[in-house]
Amino acid sequence: MSDLKKIRDEFILKLNGKLDFSEIDQIKSDLFGKNGLISSQFKKIRTMVESERKKFASDLNVIKDELQDLINSKINEIENAEINKKLDKEKIDITLPERPFVRGKIHPVSQTIDEISSIFSEIGFSVEEGPDVENEYNNFTALNTPDNHPARDMHDTFYLDEKKQKLLRTHTSPVQIRTMLKDKPPFKIIAPGRTYRSDSDQTHAPMFHQVEGLHIDKNINMGHLKGCLNYLIKEFFEVDKIKMRFRPSHFPFTEPSAEVDIGYEMKDGKIIIGEGNQWLEILGCGMVHPNVLKNVKVDPAKFQGYAFGIGIDRLAMLKYGINDLRAFFDCDYRWLNHFGFDPLDVPTNYRGLSR
Amino acid sequence: MKITFDWLQDHLKTNLKEKHLLEQLTNIGLEVESVDSLSADNELFKIAKIVKTEKHPNADRLKVCDVDVGEKEFKKVICGAANARKGLITIYAPPGATIPKTKTKLAVSKIRGVTSYGMLCSESELDLSNESEGITELSTKYEKNIGKKFFSKSKSNLIDLSITPNRPDCLGVRGIARDLVASGFGKLLELKEKKIKSTTKQTLKVKINREKNQGCTAFGSCLITNVKNTESPRWLKDKLISVGQKPISAIVDITNYVMLDINRPLHAYDADKIEKGIIVRSSNSGEKFTALDNKNYKLEKGMCVISDQKGVLGLGGIIGGTRSGTELDTKNILLESAYFEPRSIRNTSKKLNLDTDAKFRFERGIDPSSIEDGLNKAALLIKDICGGEISKIDIQRIETSKIKTIKFDPNLFEKITGFKISIKEIFKILEDLGFKIKKEKKNLKLTIPTWRPDISQEIDIVEELVRITGYDKIKIIDPNKERTKSTLTQSQKLFHFLQRAIASKGYLEAITWSFTNSNYNDHFKDKNKEIKIVNPISSDLGVLRNSIFSNLIMYMNKNLDRGFKDLSIFEIGPVFTGSNPGEQNTVVCGLSVGKKSRLSWIERERNVDVFDVKRDVVQTLVEAGYNSNNFFIDNETPNYYHPGKSGRLFLNRDKDKVVAYFGEIHPNILKKIDLKTESLVGFEILIDNLKLPKKTLNDQKTKFEVSDYQKSERDFAFIVAKEVKAQDLINAISKVDQKLISNINVFDIYEGENIPENKKSIAISLTIQSTEKTLNDNDLENINDLIIKTVESKTGAKIRS
Repeated sequence: MSDLKKIRDEFILKLNGKLDFSEIDQIKSDLFGKNGLISSQFKKIRTMVESERKKFASDLNVIKDELQDLINSKINEIENAEINKKLDKEKIDITLPERPFVRGKIHPVSQTIDEISSIFSEIGFSVEEGPDVENEYNNFTALNTPDNHPARDMHDTFYLDEKKQKLLRTHTSPVQIRTMLKDKPPFKIIAPGRTYRSDSDQTHAPMFHQVEGLHIDKNINMGHLKGCLNYLIKEFFEVDKIKMRFRPSHFPFTEPSAEVDIGYEMKDGKIIIGEGNQWLEILGCGMVHPNVLKNVKVDPAKFQGYAFGIGIDRLAMLKYGINDLRAFFDCDYRWLNHFGFDPLDVPTNYRGLSR
Repeated sequence: MKITFDWLQDHLKTNLKEKHLLEQLTNIGLEVESVDSLSADNELFKIAKIVKTEKHPNADRLKVCDVDVGEKEFKKVICGAANARKGLITIYAPPGATIPKTKTKLAVSKIRGVTSYGMLCSESELDLSNESEGITELSTKYEKNIGKKFFSKSKSNLIDLSITPNRPDCLGVRGIARDLVASGFGKLLELKEKKIKSTTKQTLKVKINREKNQGCTAFGSCLITNVKNTESPRWLKDKLISVGQKPISAIVDITNYVMLDINRPLHAYDADKIEKGIIVRSSNSGEKFTALDNKNYKLEKGMCVISDQKGVLGLGGIIGGTRSGTELDTKNILLESAYFEPRSIRNTSKKLNLDTDAKFRFERGIDPSSIEDGLNKAALLIKDICGGEISKIDIQRIETSKIKTIKFDPNLFEKITGFKISIKEIFKILEDLGFKIKKEKKNLKLTIPTWRPDISQEIDIVEELVRITGYDKIKIIDPNKERTKSTLTQSQKLFHFLQRAIASKGYLEAITWSFTNSNYNDHFKDKNKEIKIVNPISSDLGVLRNSIFSNLIMYMNKNLDRGFKDLSIFEIGPVFTGSNPGEQNTVVCGLSVGKKSRLSWIERERNVDVFDVKRDVVQTLVEAGYNSNNFFIDNETPNYYHPGKSGRLFLNRDKDKVVAYFGEIHPNILKKIDLKTESLVGFEILIDNLKLPKKTLNDQKTKFEVSDYQKSERDFAFIVAKEVKAQDLINAISKVDQKLISNINVFDIYEGENIPENKKSIAISLTIQSTEKTLNDNDLENINDLIIKTVESKTGAKIRS
């Protein structure tokens, strides 16, 4: 056996054993140090006869590379083992809670207003507003409800002065008046907001929310009104089919007037909208009364159209299965958390109302 | 308005069934509110007499009554009514009966240890009236009926209709029948009205004073002499009971019947108690009378009264008086059938807070031409039942009612409803409703029926036609998906943005009343005046809120009581500065209590503090598009904030308008309202004071410019007087060279050892970088010096070496 093969075999055996960094260093120096076994062999090359030199040099290089690679991989192996050992010690209980965070919520009424605005945006309505404190004229008289009209009894009004000139608006309809006085037709607006009536029991709150709708143009008729509300209800409840019933009714500021019912049924204690044979009243509407148009200097011979008023709280209750109106305004942390919406859930046209 | 199908059939002939009737009523605008079956159950209710009462041994207010129900043995019934007394004839419900009002089924039960067999009922429990004070009192005439059924077996259900205020004609069964017939529901029966044939004159003189605002324009009357008032016959009693009315005596029952049947309110006087004739006049201030509800009324000037020589007999069209009321022994009756102006009725009843069936009808408008019909019908019935002689009818008028006509263009129907009906149909419907029609070229000249005060213009005719034709005929026109105007204005967008921005910082949105408790409001009204509601729902909701804090803090306290400790809530809505329309501002108001990271295994818990709310406010405004580099903050805040730990924020140094307040709530307030927490901080963002960010998102994206030249980070520590604000230092530094200096940050505040008394050290880091070149040591040294010099001269600071 040549010296070379002897060296190779001896060290391969050594390198396959269990080694630490210092032992490897020792091997490295034994082989490749200044007087190392391999280094010494290289020195020999010079003294060799021409005929042997080439083969020897070639064999030596092969052995050198083989040993070198083995040493490198051994080093790698040890390094990995050490890192793994260290990481193993760092293991934590990953099931411990994350750092604390808090989550805010949007009130269901606000969410519903945004949903309704999004739906009406699609069909070209814009949003108008009016003050919570109104004068008697805008709230009643201009809306064809003169003093001493029995229809005023239907509104239990909060007054701010003894003369009953200033009041908390009993509906969002005065926004119709303000909008039409401020601009020129056509009008196509909705007006969501707070409304007030001095009525308080299980199903009535002294403050609630309405959204008013008004569409005045040339030739807007009751078919448009039906189409608009049909669209609203279908979109709002996110159903394909809706059962809807228009019933004649009376409001001083619209004529003809209607109340609108939607069909529903109860399944497992939950209301299912659009099916069944029961009717639920959800809104009042009608063609804007010519007297109202005259009051705001719009010529009823040229312009006509419809208006409607919807209880927002009630819509929210129906859609989200909320039973108690009073709880909307009770500010119970648990309720707000339960029925509230994530602020990132913004209802929009393109992504729809719900996730 | 309560009706039965039976009663309707007095006026119309139809083959259709009750099921169709209910649908049709709703379809034509006479909404069916409820249908009550007067089931066989009601036959269980018996006329009974209390023969003995004793105090309940275990309850002061209860009585043990022995009740004669026509059986061998008396029933023992426990009763709590104050009017339960020996001899009273009343209505008894045996065990097994279901109380109409509450729908509860009675059972034999022990009440405080004594067994009660059934119950004595109030009128309200039987749905006879709203009278819930005490048990029903029946007149002595019922004595002979003890043990008999109170309700007769009724074939038809009680239908309760919600009649809209424009339809007084439907406050009588005939009006409802007329509407039904117009819609194709059977045929209207002609009234077989008999007329009074009498030769005797009405001898009581009636005079309507001609005076300003006279509320009565016509007064018809007749005298019926030598009557014998009695119990009503079965058919009449049954009729009244079938619609939930309590029979009283023949004369009263007849006037009620005529009112319900043809919507003609009448009033019967005991003619012998009228002193020398009737004078219809305006009341004088302070006049008094006792009405049939047994209450005394003091009148104001100008109310329409029916009077005689001695004084007021009654309030015309509203309520009669006890002095001239009919009783069982009444012999001679003056029957009144008059027309009262709705406005006058409404004014008077509102002032006196009086509501009666007659008032309800007159204020909506009674058919002025029904005066005679009503007298004929009632007088003849009285004669039939009570005997006596009827006089001729006397009608005094100070105004004749005008027959109203309008012109109607049939094309308007399609213009409003979007669909067509034929002229033939138009004629049929309007004629059925009582209109007289004359064709005038393209138009129709319509004579309006006298019972329809609601009709005065063309649109009213369209309503009649479409209502009767059916709203289901209106075709749906799908909405046009076209937008010519943006949905939200800039300020509305800002509202919605701020709402969600605050919620995204961990606040739950609340909605509370716009009004509040004045005690709470007082804490937060600052310099505002209190705005009182004249008629609040309760005294603790008596004022409009000057600040949202009043409500939020009250509800916050309730939540703390529920055992929650760390809460953040907010509301966005109006606060009020005055009682005129528009004197309100929109505010986002938030409150935080308790700790951050309470009982966290990983983070140190700490109280929420003013810098938490400051971050929420500033971050929200930055997100909304405002540049925080320009914000200016000082500590002049409303008095409900902690004076030392609160601030107000302006969008820039011009201090144009305050856009936000934030800080700790004043500790005194917490003490006064007894709110217990480690910490309470809040903020208010005054939306109306925020200048709208003018730029669109597109405009906000300016040219992208960054510098890749080397930057240098420097720290400075300045020693300043304690009052000097960090904001002043930062401002001074940023003004040295806004192109070169950025990222100015306070990283340490220190007072104490090595710092002179009344001084503090503020340590600031910043970045210096040029967009044009790499700055050399010399450049940096120059800027350094300039920063130190500027800060020192502007704030009196000294650089800390």
